Parts: sequence; C-alpha cells; structure tokens
Amino acid sequence: MRWSPPLVAAALGAAVFWQVTDGLRAITTEGARRLAVAEAPLPVPVVMLETMDTKQVPLTPQDGEVVLVEFIFTTCPVICQVAAIDFAALRDRLVAEGAQVRMISVSFDPERDDPEAMLAYGEGHGADGKVWTVARPAPADLPALLDTFGVTVIPDEWEGFEHNAAIHLIDPTGHFSAVFDTDAIGEAAEAVAERS
Amino acid sequence: MNRLAPPLSLLAFAVLLRGAAASDPVVHVLVQLPLLAVAGWWGARALELKTPAPLTALIVAISATAFWMLPRSIDAALETPWVDLAKFISIPALIGASLAAAWGQLHPILRGFVKAQSLSMLGVLGFLYTHAPVRICNSYLVSDQERLGLGFLYLCAALVVLWTLPVLTGRPLSLPVISISQKKSVRLV
Repeated sequence: MRWSPPLVAAALGAAVFWQVTDGLRAITTEGARRLAVAEAPLPVPVVMLETMDTKQVPLTPQDGEVVLVEFIFTTCPVICQVAAIDFAALRDRLVAEGAQVRMISVSFDPERDDPEAMLAYGEGHGADGKVWTVARPAPADLPALLDTFGVTVIPDEWEGFEHNAAIHLIDPTGHFSAVFDTDAIGEAAEAVAERS
Repeated sequence: MNRLAPPLSLLAFAVLLRGAAASDPVVHVLVQLPLLAVAGWWGARALELKTPAPLTALIVAISATAFWMLPRSIDAALETPWVDLAKFISIPALIGASLAAAWGQLHPILRGFVKAQSLSMLGVLGFLYTHAPVRICNSYLVSDQERLGLGFLYLCAALVVLWTLPVLTGRPLSLPVISISQKKSVRLV
C-alpha cells in the first residue's frame, strides 16, 4: 500500500490539533487550566492571609474542611461584585447543607486593599468573617498564589484589573483540584459535598 | 540575496512588533501574524520555490493555520519563549511559504474554495470575538477582544473587495508581492 502524502499530512495535522486541544476539550488557556487541575491536582502554597478583621488565617484547609477561593480586588467595578453576589448565594447553600467549608475572597491588590477596604467590601456583600471572609496575602506570596491557581491579572484602562474570575476549590488534602464559573453554584456545592 | 531583502525586512519588522503585540491582540493577530505569513510567501516567491506536492503543502498550511487560530496558542506564545520562537518559524515556513509554493499549481476551484472558506471563517471569528460572553485570551482585555472581532470583519470585507474586483473588472490585480516572475522553478523535495 502506498502512503498518500496529502492523507498523511491531514492525519498529522489532525493529530497535532487533537493533542494541543486536549482532545478537542480546551481551545482557551482558561479551559486548559480547568482540565489540568481536575486531572492533576496541585499542592497549594502554605501561606497565611490577613483577613478583613486583621486576623491571620491559613489558606490551606484545616481539619478535613474544603476551602473555596475566589480572587478579587475591592475596587472592582463589575465582575467581582457580581461574583460576590453568587459567592454569597453559594455560602447560604453550603451553610444550609452543613458543609465543612471555608470561603475566602482573596485580594490580588494587597497594596490598596487594606483591612478597612476589605471590611467594607465584605460587609457590603454579607461576608460574616467566619464561613466567608475577605483576605489579602503578603505581597511577596502573591506571585506564587496567582501562578498556582493560574490566575492572570492585567491592568485595564481605568486603573483597575481584568482577570479570569472563577471559584477555586482546595480539597482537604491541601490540593487545588477544581475550578468553577463564578455563577456555577450548584456544581460547586456538589463538589464540596463530594469531598468533605 | 537581494531578492530576499524585502521579505527579511518584513520578518524583522514582525519581530520588532513583539512588545506591541503583547499588549494589543489586534496588533498580534491582524498585523504581526499576517506579516509573518506574507514574509514567508514573499520569500518563497523570491526564491521561486515550487512544491511537487501542492495538495500536501496546502494541508500543511491549513493545519498550521488551525493551530495558530487557537486562543490558547496565542496565550502560549506570549507566556512561553519557545512557543513564541515556534511562531516566528512556523508561520512563515508552514503557512506563507507552503501556500506560495503550492498556490499556482492548485486547481482554480480549490483555490476559490480556500478563499471562500477564509472569508466565512473570518466572519465567524468576527461574530465570536464581538459576542463571546467570556474572555477568550487570558492575556488580553475583553474590550480589546471586541476590537479584534471588528478587525476580523474589516479584514473579511477587504478580502472580499480584493478578490472580487478582478472578477468585476476582468483584469487581475497586480500587486508587487504577487507579480514576481514564476517562470523558473526550484524543486522542493
């Protein structure tokens, strides 16, 4: 049998395309990141965060709990505000289900987001400081955090930022293992129930 | 070597655009990437390259185009140096030069099909990028993504004019890039 060069080229081209899209499952970096952590959960850096109540809390889960993290900046005009409303709804559902969970809105703008700004943001959205708090990392810890969670932050035209907003799940073993859209409340709640 | 000066300057210009491409997807996708393809096309024409396997070369060019149309490839080129390098090599060689070495030998109907497909694809991209509810590239702002979508539509309209004018006037458009002599040929094996 002779190989037909155009067919070989087409097969190779299709194989490469299949490979670089993870089997046609991800054409964006964000899609690829979600697939990658689901298949190979990543250990989360062991860091402390300063909360809106000026307390120091660990990012990593304690005593079998699940930690849900979203990245925000308190002066965010739109996306974070909408995401916070969904985060509040998710909190209400998880509390009603009695889930062992902590939720943290982590600021990636720790220079501007002092505890006062975080408290105003947290109170504005109904964060109680116990199940759900707003917190900031030490500036030196920020790059490693963003890198682990695959969050890209770029300055926008209005002195704010644009970023890939999502809900990140850290399972009880301290591994970042799932990403959900900010409004995928049902999916996130089910994932928490499965892991705790 | 003189004949290669214009395409090599285009290539050099595309390299110089790296900074601008990192902050603006319109520069990246609609200026830098096309420049790279044109540089490869022009280089192959200057060297009078012809491939003995035009259909294979066309499929290679389409595969490489499909790869570089993926938003994650664009992000990867900005984040990973070796992907960026691969961009500067693969687009001139696998898209520009492959097409140039094959184009004149492809059946006119196939050429028309490729052109029509390019137009419809640009239209789809224009719609997608202006209406996508999510950020398609992590490296760029949503507002820039919408500008890129409009850019796809403008490019589509420009190509429609470029490709239909000869049909309407009955005379082929003569552009310097296209009118270089094709008499002698070098065989690419």
